[in-house]
Amino acid sequence: MASRVVMPKLSDTMEEGKILRWLKQEGDKVETGQTLAEVETDKATVEMEAYTNGVIRKLVASPGDTIKIGATIAVIGSPDEDISALLESAAPPPAAQARPVPTAMPIRATAPPQVVSHDAATNRALRASPLALRMAAEAGVDLNALQGSGPQGRVIKRDIEAAIAKASASQASAAPAQPVGDVQEIVLSSMRRTIAKRLVQSKAPVPHFYLTVDVAADRLWDAYRALREENYPISLNDVIIKASASALKRHPEVNASFAGDHVKQYSRVHIGLAVALEDGLITPVIRDADSKSLADIAEEVRELVDRARNRRLQPHEYTGATFSISNLGMMGIEEFSAIINPPEAAILAVGALREVPVVEGGQVKIGRRMKMTLSVDHRVADGAQGARFLATLKRMLENPLLIG
Amino acid sequence: MPLITYRDALNQALREEMQRDPKVFLMGEEVGVYQGAYKVSRGLLQEFGDRRVIDTPITEEGFTGVGVGAAMVGLRPVIEMMTWNFSMLAMDQIINSAAKMLYMSGGQFRIPIVLRGPGGAAHQLAAQHSQSLESWFAHVPGLKVVAPSTPYDAKGLLKAAIRDDDPVIFCEGETLYGSKGEVPDGDYVVPIGVADVKREGTDVTIVAWSKMVSVAVKAADTLAAEGISCEIIDPRTLRPLDEAPIIASVQKTNRCVVVEEGWEYSGIGAQLAYLIHRDAFSDLDAPVTRVTGADVPMPYAKNLEHLATPSAARVVEAVKQVLYID
Amino acid sequence: MDRPATLSKEAHVELLRKLLLGRRFEERCAEMYALQKIGGFCHLAIGQEAVSVGAMSTLEPDDYIFCSYRDHVHAIVKGSDPGRVMAELFGRDTGLSHGKGGSMHLFDADHGILGGHAIVGAHIPLATGVAFATKYESRPQVVLCFFGEAAVNIGAFHESLNMAALWKLPCVYIVENNRYGMGTSIERASAIYDVAQRACAYDMASETVDGMDVLAVRESVGRAVALARRESKPTLIEARCYRFMGHSMSDPVHGHYRTKEEVEEQKLKDPVRRYFQQLSSQGIIDQAGLEQLNAEVRTIVDAAVEFADASPEPPASALYEDVYSEPYGPYTRSQP
Repeated sequence: MASRVVMPKLSDTMEEGKILRWLKQEGDKVETGQTLAEVETDKATVEMEAYTNGVIRKLVASPGDTIKIGATIAVIGSPDEDISALLESAAPPPAAQARPVPTAMPIRATAPPQVVSHDAATNRALRASPLALRMAAEAGVDLNALQGSGPQGRVIKRDIEAAIAKASASQASAAPAQPVGDVQEIVLSSMRRTIAKRLVQSKAPVPHFYLTVDVAADRLWDAYRALREENYPISLNDVIIKASASALKRHPEVNASFAGDHVKQYSRVHIGLAVALEDGLITPVIRDADSKSLADIAEEVRELVDRARNRRLQPHEYTGATFSISNLGMMGIEEFSAIINPPEAAILAVGALREVPVVEGGQVKIGRRMKMTLSVDHRVADGAQGARFLATLKRMLENPLLIG
Repeated sequence: MPLITYRDALNQALREEMQRDPKVFLMGEEVGVYQGAYKVSRGLLQEFGDRRVIDTPITEEGFTGVGVGAAMVGLRPVIEMMTWNFSMLAMDQIINSAAKMLYMSGGQFRIPIVLRGPGGAAHQLAAQHSQSLESWFAHVPGLKVVAPSTPYDAKGLLKAAIRDDDPVIFCEGETLYGSKGEVPDGDYVVPIGVADVKREGTDVTIVAWSKMVSVAVKAADTLAAEGISCEIIDPRTLRPLDEAPIIASVQKTNRCVVVEEGWEYSGIGAQLAYLIHRDAFSDLDAPVTRVTGADVPMPYAKNLEHLATPSAARVVEAVKQVLYID
Repeated sequence: MDRPATLSKEAHVELLRKLLLGRRFEERCAEMYALQKIGGFCHLAIGQEAVSVGAMSTLEPDDYIFCSYRDHVHAIVKGSDPGRVMAELFGRDTGLSHGKGGSMHLFDADHGILGGHAIVGAHIPLATGVAFATKYESRPQVVLCFFGEAAVNIGAFHESLNMAALWKLPCVYIVENNRYGMGTSIERASAIYDVAQRACAYDMASETVDGMDVLAVRESVGRAVALARRESKPTLIEARCYRFMGHSMSDPVHGHYRTKEEVEEQKLKDPVRRYFQQLSSQGIIDQAGLEQLNAEVRTIVDAAVEFADASPEPPASALYEDVYSEPYGPYTRSQP
């Protein structure tokens, strides 16, 4: 019995995936669990496995095609069975019909098999009114990112207007001056698209507030140097992760999510760490960071970052954080504020550790300071709660022996 | 401004044009002694005599051809069809003679004739007396087709039609004869080929003519109560069509409903939909939608007749459909 | 109008010249059709010329005529320039209708030719309407309306004759009874063979005349024209004639509906030869005179062909001209 292979949902936010390459060709035998293809999701490059035994009868999607979740990308079956019905059902949905088709209308008994080349995205885009198509093109709105509110999901004027309103709300007054000269248009990767969408979803509805502290990092620095001299492979960031996890354990009001009519407070602490990639960023998750040793965290971070940079993270490895940390210190950024990654309630933006003149006992000497800014979802926590968490964290970092 | 009926507005136009130009005469069944089957020609026989107000035998093809022949040598006949339902008997003269004479004579013979009479359904007149045939005539190059919706337009357009040098098919609304509106005394002309915005609005364009304008107005009133603003455009002339205001309106509202009393298949609305798709495609947020007479010969029974005729409720429904309102 | 008996010698010769012009013109039409200079349908009146020539010899220049699609001879005899007629047949811009009408639609406003019409009998109401108009305006013109015997069975014939008699209109209806409506003989199409009898139904004057005799036609139509002009009354004239050619150029001379013998027998009554013999026996013209007339009309026909051939086709810009009496583009008021 032949079956369709559909684009699987490989991440929580994934709506479509791009076939990077097929690892099996038409006619090849496959078994359950064997890798069929490499698929780029919005988050990572993932190996897609077969869920059934049989022979690849048809590769419907081609490398480079971007396919909606659930759309057919291949058909697996026995070598000689008729798969035309499956191919036909893989055809794009019929164009919008204003009226129900009378049931008495004759239906072709055996329609010729239709080879669906690809491009579910195009089909989707066609389900838009001409006006919506024009408005989207003029405003630079990505039709694929919209769920149409018209019949059969048709994207119509009001959907574009809503998208424009949403986008302009998040950009506020940030209308950039038109660059002069040649402009290169860079096609959005699916990751960049997701980042764009997710952060707009964050910034617009989530009321952020920001708290900044300056951490006296002299002892932290000394401890770090000592461990490094022992060839202990940790980074300052690992310490910050560990300290944040410990502080969150004591301040669960920040380790939480806003859920419409209630707030979810988590007892376990999963720290997401923003990792910069060439064309975006991803946040691998260190689970139960509060109960892991610094050494375990360090090793786990190193391994996750490595795989993140090679696009080899599995979906469960970059989803489910309760709190995130973004550190741009190594890039020389002294201080910044980050956008919360929903549904988390807070994110810590860590600046560079820097040498500054400090006055101690009436004398000026060299001190080490590090600024941290906490962005908090005001719906979840208030300023004082955020400040208490931040104070605990600051205390731990200024006295590393307290971490634990 | 005097408030008079559509019937009297037409009567004024005929009288004034016959007074103005001795080449104008009125010919048809029952136009004289009987004073007109619908009394449009009331009083004209008394004023102008039987040389210029001519009762004919029941002989539609014959007297239509007589009119076309008279027009060939310079007279300006107004030929009354007792109703447009009878015009099919005269179709050969209208299509093969009136519409084509100028062209096939290489511009030698103009046909300044007006063929006028009531069209559309009235009440329970059944299949042979209840039809809107505008699209038949509008199909034919060489004919002009006019269908006024108000007494003001009726008088102004009939005068324009009588003065026009080409054959004009003048479709009156059988149920509009008693409707009243403001009509100035004396001479004025509503030019052929000029549409009129009967109501300004922002959310949807409704195109309707003749009796269907009042149906559209009723629907627009209902929709206004729900906060939906309808723009109603009455083309008034169906050929040559004044396309620009319709396109401009659709560019403003992004959607269009055409209300047509006649049958849907190959109707005027189909042509309008094509023109809108051709010229305003990228302005459309919904397909052009049509409300038309049912695709059946008109039934006699009152309830069935109601079902077969475009109503304000169906226009409201269509407007909500193009606005994506459930 | 002169009585036939009192026709001058010159008038007789002129009638013969017109018969010859019609005959030679249409013979060239057949040739030009074969050479594909003339397209579409092309209906020749060879054999029937005495009807149009005889009838129109009774008219004043500003009287009107209507005819069917077999209209070349009518137009030339009424006064149209043979060159412009031939140009129309060639589909040229210099044609009577600037190439938009063709063989079946010859119109010439300057000569009262209100058209060849190609829907059988549809011009009968039009002619009635023109008669109505001349009466309405108390003008002196009369209208001759030519049509074939097959047209008497359409409704418009009945409707028109009824109105013409009812309203006393100055129209002379001339039935060119060539016995065949295309390939259907009158016996197979009409309950009454005696077409003139149809006038009884309208209490209308009627006559039956030998349509192969130009003088007989002239005499009969002359009476009808006088009645129309003086008393504004219509007449129905049945002129019995015969067409020597097929119905149109695509129809062989006798086809399935008549025999070769029948056609040959009828040709013995050729109206052109018959009239020449008549005049010859009266000493009005001799063989040399006939040759000279023939040479004259051949020159005219040659010139017509030359003119038509040298004329340009209508310009593309003419396509949308004369649809309406004002500038026009497809569907709209604007120009294309």
